[in-house]
Amino acid sequence: MTGIEYRDRLRRQMLPHILCPGCGHGIVLKALLRAARSLELDWDRTVFVAGIGCSSRLVGYIDGCTLHTTHGRALTFATGMKLARPELTVIVITGDGDGLAIGGNHLIHAARRDVDLTCLLLNNETYGMTGGQAAPTAEPGAISTTTPGGARERSFDACALAVAAGASFVARGATSLPLELDGLIARGIAHRGFSFLEIASDCPEYFGRYNQLGRGPEMLQLQRRRLDEVDRTLRAKRSLGSRRAEGPPPLRTGVLHERPA
Amino acid sequence: MSELLQGNRACVQAAIASGCRFFAGYPITPSSEIAESMARLLPEVGGVFMQMEDEMASLGAVLGASLAGSPAMTATSGPGFSLMQEHIGYAALAEIPCVVIDVMRGGPSTGLPTRPSQGDVMQARWGTHGDHPVVALVPASVPEIYELTSLAFALSERLRVPALVLYDEVVGHLREPVDLGTLRLSRAERRRPTVEPSAYRPYAPDADLVPPLADFGTGYRFHVTGLTHDEAGRPTEDPAVVGALHRRLQEKVARARDDVVSFAGIGLEDAEVVVVAYGIAARAAERAVTDARARGERLGLFRPRTLWPFPDVELRAVAERVHTIVVAEMNLGQVVLEVERIVAGRARVEACLRADGTALTPDDVAHAVASAAGALA
Repeated sequence: MTGIEYRDRLRRQMLPHILCPGCGHGIVLKALLRAARSLELDWDRTVFVAGIGCSSRLVGYIDGCTLHTTHGRALTFATGMKLARPELTVIVITGDGDGLAIGGNHLIHAARRDVDLTCLLLNNETYGMTGGQAAPTAEPGAISTTTPGGARERSFDACALAVAAGASFVARGATSLPLELDGLIARGIAHRGFSFLEIASDCPEYFGRYNQLGRGPEMLQLQRRRLDEVDRTLRAKRSLGSRRAEGPPPLRTGVLHERPA
Repeated sequence: MSELLQGNRACVQAAIASGCRFFAGYPITPSSEIAESMARLLPEVGGVFMQMEDEMASLGAVLGASLAGSPAMTATSGPGFSLMQEHIGYAALAEIPCVVIDVMRGGPSTGLPTRPSQGDVMQARWGTHGDHPVVALVPASVPEIYELTSLAFALSERLRVPALVLYDEVVGHLREPVDLGTLRLSRAERRRPTVEPSAYRPYAPDADLVPPLADFGTGYRFHVTGLTHDEAGRPTEDPAVVGALHRRLQEKVARARDDVVSFAGIGLEDAEVVVVAYGIAARAAERAVTDARARGERLGLFRPRTLWPFPDVELRAVAERVHTIVVAEMNLGQVVLEVERIVAGRARVEACLRADGTALTPDDVAHAVASAAGALA
């Protein structure tokens, strides 16, 4: 993919955007625009729906039919819209708090219904819009404004949840692998049925700062090491079956589950 | 030709006849017959029925369908109505037409699932946070459910407001002979933009203060948000823009008031005492009033069909002529507060209240009127 003019697909009158320096969400937005172009989506028949949170603000910057809804409930609007006008391509952007906490039940049921929607869940392990509280994806030990002594609860595996609930396409991508994101998002949109993509993003302003993970580049490198860790873990498994005992869990990217809808 | 029709089923027939093509709901007593009828009837006219995972999802799906161009509605009862408040506010600010039916049962909380009440009438006005416009209609009979459900679609589509229809469990489950052919249907007509897509400003109002609404997917690309926004749909905190938006949202309903507000009256021309009642309580009051008038007593009935906006000018005119107004309702005193505000000392205001899970009776009203008269004497 060469020569995409992002500005042609952005609402320039909405700029400057609200995202902080180093935030990973912009990487996802650009990958989404590249994926949409590769599919040659009819821009007049593509709708972008979002809930509340930093990730959900992305839709406002896209020069399309965009719907910024209530906290956690983007999938419900998207479901009604798709069923009322099935010719629309409906893409939902949500975050880990929006999609897994307040909107968790809607996500489960959207996956169960398997309506032809594509849901990008940007996971930065925190509530960035409200100042860095713990999200349900924060790993145990993670420091946030509401877990000053470290998170104690288990974190969600969003992809495992989506598979169990019935989504017919489940994938995980990462902002440190932006070009892989293009293909994953395009495959998700092209899939007929509920496509769920968890995308590991990063929040240097809050999560990174509170956990001393550095700024954007350092967080991307850290994310990348977690991806490499998967390769090492898989190699180790193949040889000895040993498992990693502690530290941030490895990130497995790619299409994790796919079946005909 | 007359048929015996249940209130909830009349609601469905009216909705479909008025153009409703999308329903999403969640089962709840005493409104479930609406969802059940929709599940059978909507597909026959090419519409979509969805059973959602809860009431927030139900109204969310309705709003999504509405933005895609489908006149859409949901139905619920008290607990679900509470959950829907979030999206009623969204619909009010984003100006997305939708109809919400609330078949009122005893509350608060789970309350009395199978028993009537009129306890949601103030929630209908103020249930969602922030100042917001709303239209709420209160039918008292099966034919009136038919006509006012239809009117709710017309008003919601024309004014881009959430239109609420509230009736109690008794009216919802009542079966009455109805000749649908003789009842008035209002056509739901949403104004679409006539400008080119590039010139479309989704929140730039016409002269009636209502902006035309394009369907998503028809070439008009625009942004809809629950953030306070400017005429282009962009989020804004500019005090001048924010203040103007809030005033326009109120004013667009106020300007249409004469097409929205309606009431029915009995004996208002010569009454000395007037009962104000709505829904099933008005049926009890009507009996008490007609019995009293047969005895030569100058008792009248003022029955709002719209609660919000309230027929305030009309009631004030009545209050100038009578010495006492008795508000009869099935709660611990909600609309009576609005009546006191409107009457503002022009007449004495008394309340006849019942909040025990049963319907007000003609005797309740007659006793309240008698004791009001006694207190006067």
